[in-house]
Amino acid sequence: MRIDLEARPKRSTLREILSPVAALIVAIAIGGVAVAIMGRSTLTAFDVYFVEPLSQFYSLQAIAVKASPLILIAVGLAFCYRANLWNIGAEGQFIAGGALGGWLGLVTHDGAYQAIGGWWILPAMMLLGIIGGALYAMVPAVLRVWLNVSEILTSLMLVYVAQLCLDWLVRGPWKDPHGFNFPVTVNFDPEATLPILFEGGTLHLGVLFAPIVVIVAAIIFAKTIFGFQVRLAGSSPKAARFGGFDDKRIALAAFAISGGLAGLAGVAEVSGKIGQVLTTISPGYGFSAIIVAFLGRLSPVGIFIGGLVLAITFVGGEDAQIALQLPGDLTLAFQGVLLICVLAADVLARYRLRVRLGGAS
Amino acid sequence: MAQSDATNEGHGAATPLLAVRNITKRFGTFTANDHVNLDLAQGEVHALLGENGAGKSTLVKMLYGILAPTEGEILWMGAPIRLPNPNAARALGIGMVFQHFSLFENLTVAENIALVMPSSQKLDDVPDKIAEISRAYGMGLEPSRPVWTLSAGERQRIEIARCLLQDPKVLILDEPTSVLTPQEAEKLFETLERLKAEGRALLYISHHLEEVQRLCDRATILRLGKMVGTCNPRVETPRSLAALMVGSEIKEIRPAGAHELGPERLIVANLSLPSPELHGVALKNVSASVKGGEIFGVAGVAGNGQSEFFAALSGETLARSPNAIVIDGSPVGTFGIGARRALNAGFVPEERNGHAAAPDFTLSDNIVLSGHASGGMTRAGFINAALAKEKSRNVIASFDVRAAAPDPLARTLSGGNLQKFVVGREILRGPSVLVINQPTWGVDVAAAATIRQALLDLCAKGAAVLIISQDLDELFEICDRIAVIHTGELSAPLPARSTTREEVGLLMAGMGGADHAH
Repeated sequence: MRIDLEARPKRSTLREILSPVAALIVAIAIGGVAVAIMGRSTLTAFDVYFVEPLSQFYSLQAIAVKASPLILIAVGLAFCYRANLWNIGAEGQFIAGGALGGWLGLVTHDGAYQAIGGWWILPAMMLLGIIGGALYAMVPAVLRVWLNVSEILTSLMLVYVAQLCLDWLVRGPWKDPHGFNFPVTVNFDPEATLPILFEGGTLHLGVLFAPIVVIVAAIIFAKTIFGFQVRLAGSSPKAARFGGFDDKRIALAAFAISGGLAGLAGVAEVSGKIGQVLTTISPGYGFSAIIVAFLGRLSPVGIFIGGLVLAITFVGGEDAQIALQLPGDLTLAFQGVLLICVLAADVLARYRLRVRLGGAS
Repeated sequence: MAQSDATNEGHGAATPLLAVRNITKRFGTFTANDHVNLDLAQGEVHALLGENGAGKSTLVKMLYGILAPTEGEILWMGAPIRLPNPNAARALGIGMVFQHFSLFENLTVAENIALVMPSSQKLDDVPDKIAEISRAYGMGLEPSRPVWTLSAGERQRIEIARCLLQDPKVLILDEPTSVLTPQEAEKLFETLERLKAEGRALLYISHHLEEVQRLCDRATILRLGKMVGTCNPRVETPRSLAALMVGSEIKEIRPAGAHELGPERLIVANLSLPSPELHGVALKNVSASVKGGEIFGVAGVAGNGQSEFFAALSGETLARSPNAIVIDGSPVGTFGIGARRALNAGFVPEERNGHAAAPDFTLSDNIVLSGHASGGMTRAGFINAALAKEKSRNVIASFDVRAAAPDPLARTLSGGNLQKFVVGREILRGPSVLVINQPTWGVDVAAAATIRQALLDLCAKGAAVLIISQDLDELFEICDRIAVIHTGELSAPLPARSTTREEVGLLMAGMGGADHAH
């Protein structure tokens, strides 16, 4: 018996839209089996994971707060992936942005440098976050462009470098001297904290970055010559060079955008949600955003929806730890299953499986 | 099945060696072969003629056991057979020489041949057998030579020798002359004549009508998967054969007249470039100049630096000195393709899918690909999609591009139609210098005529056109002067009208003698 993948004669838009939906359903079914094997009720788990987060105002806010960094990072990743550059180090770029932006929050602590007022601090922090992430992304980008080093390895390994550097900073030079030796920094001044959108809620100003970035990115991809270059360089690199587009510049720009958006997400997390710098500032947003990017088929609008779906699994996963004593790693395992299902569905949307019986070679 | 009436329509009384009866092959909804019949008698050379996409390859793949027919049957000496794989075909006595060689460059001739022999054969005997076959058919193979030192023609003879070791009764040859110089082709024909004299049957796929007329006893013509008919090519003219292939009379191309030439618009001076990659070709001191109103042809066997020369002309590879390439008086050797386009130069590379055009992009996007920097195609970084669509429609209308939708993905077009599109895209920009590599490669006769006419019309308006082509007929048809590229060196140009194919052929084989200009 032999199993062949046969290209479908026609591409169907409907099939391509439905394929991530089908992937989600299959992933949920697999997750249900895993929960049953662990001795919990599948139906209750489904309720805790996917229904309850959507039925309470508090958790809806939590979903938005968690979806926002996922969407920002994933939109950035879409620039890289569309250009056929495999940046999987967004987690590190997120940390770099959070650390550099957070640094300004620490420096201006307790009214320091605020003689002209504190209005400039937040914009400057956001800008530093973008710069930090973009510069950190330049390392794999430059290595790739000039030395042809695989950006997959360098970007991934730099994640661990970033994590360890942040850990050292927070345990060392940046530690709050009055913090009873806990590895935390001082709390930011209100001038260095993204404001809460309404009294008593958890939604902060940074949540609004995501929809804005999605709209701008959608316009860039669809309407501008830069978006055209990025898509072309990934789809037909030789044709892109024939078009007169500089593939090195495109690669550097895609990495800069990707790193910059991850850095923005990092500083928004530090300044909006956390309010100080900790040894860990991300529950793995940089990696989960890879799933979001593919769940959204690398289109900004799709990524917006995909980010919300992944955020539900984060919030539901936290609830499940409390309500069902299910391990937090189950959430990560589920996200991994989801990625595999999304990639498989992508293939099946373009190819059809044909099983041939008999031994014809 | 219906064997009795099948044999009745055969030619003569003898049972054909290999026959195909009402064979049909479908891929999904696409029918590649539609009830095709073919007889192959002992001792005949039978041509299989057709445009690209007519179904020739599908048919021979079924005869060689690579594809299974959807309907119909294959008869071997009158008995129906099934060919589940190429081994079964070889066991019966059917051999095939493919267009693209599958040889290991670092192994010797003998080693390459031994690789495909049954494991029972002893390796020590192989050189003797090769020498024997080589003598018998005048192939001049040296068993101990490594393949990388051999020319395309010699490599092809290895492939043929590989087949002959199996002593086939039927030999299928897929476009065997496409990579050969005229002299090498001549040698191939001699070998084929001997094979025919021994009573073997040859199925000869080609679209070179002259060689089919010279070599073949019968020709079966396919068009769009259907059999048009079987004829004696020697009583037909190339034009009538071509008309059978495309189903309509071919437009006569107006020959290049003796028109006034303008100033030199494209000058290449002492251009030398190292090989861009391991198996590439270095350009050595290439010089040429093309005047306005002139078509300058660059002939040569594939792989002698054509793509490297094109990349240097287009600016995809930069020269070391600005003066190595001059377009309309501006030294542009160190400028990229964008700057050269800004001087109103146009370029059409050989590979249409993935180089000239992005297959997963729409045709209007592919207009943007080469035209983004001119004519208001972009404003403040935004693409003028309406303008791109309008230009795309113009190309489609002016060059008779057949597409299933108003703005389809480039990949959905057939090779010939996409070629018309990428050529038309550049010509409608009205370039003053056009460089085009293999303008009609893999394009059907009618589309090729359209493209050649468009090139002639462009040059009549005063443009300088440089054509790189392996098709000598094409070059002699439309060029004013022809130079030959061989191992990265360009010969001095020869006036097309007072030069013979043999002179060009010698240059293509690297036997130019003393008349190199540099």
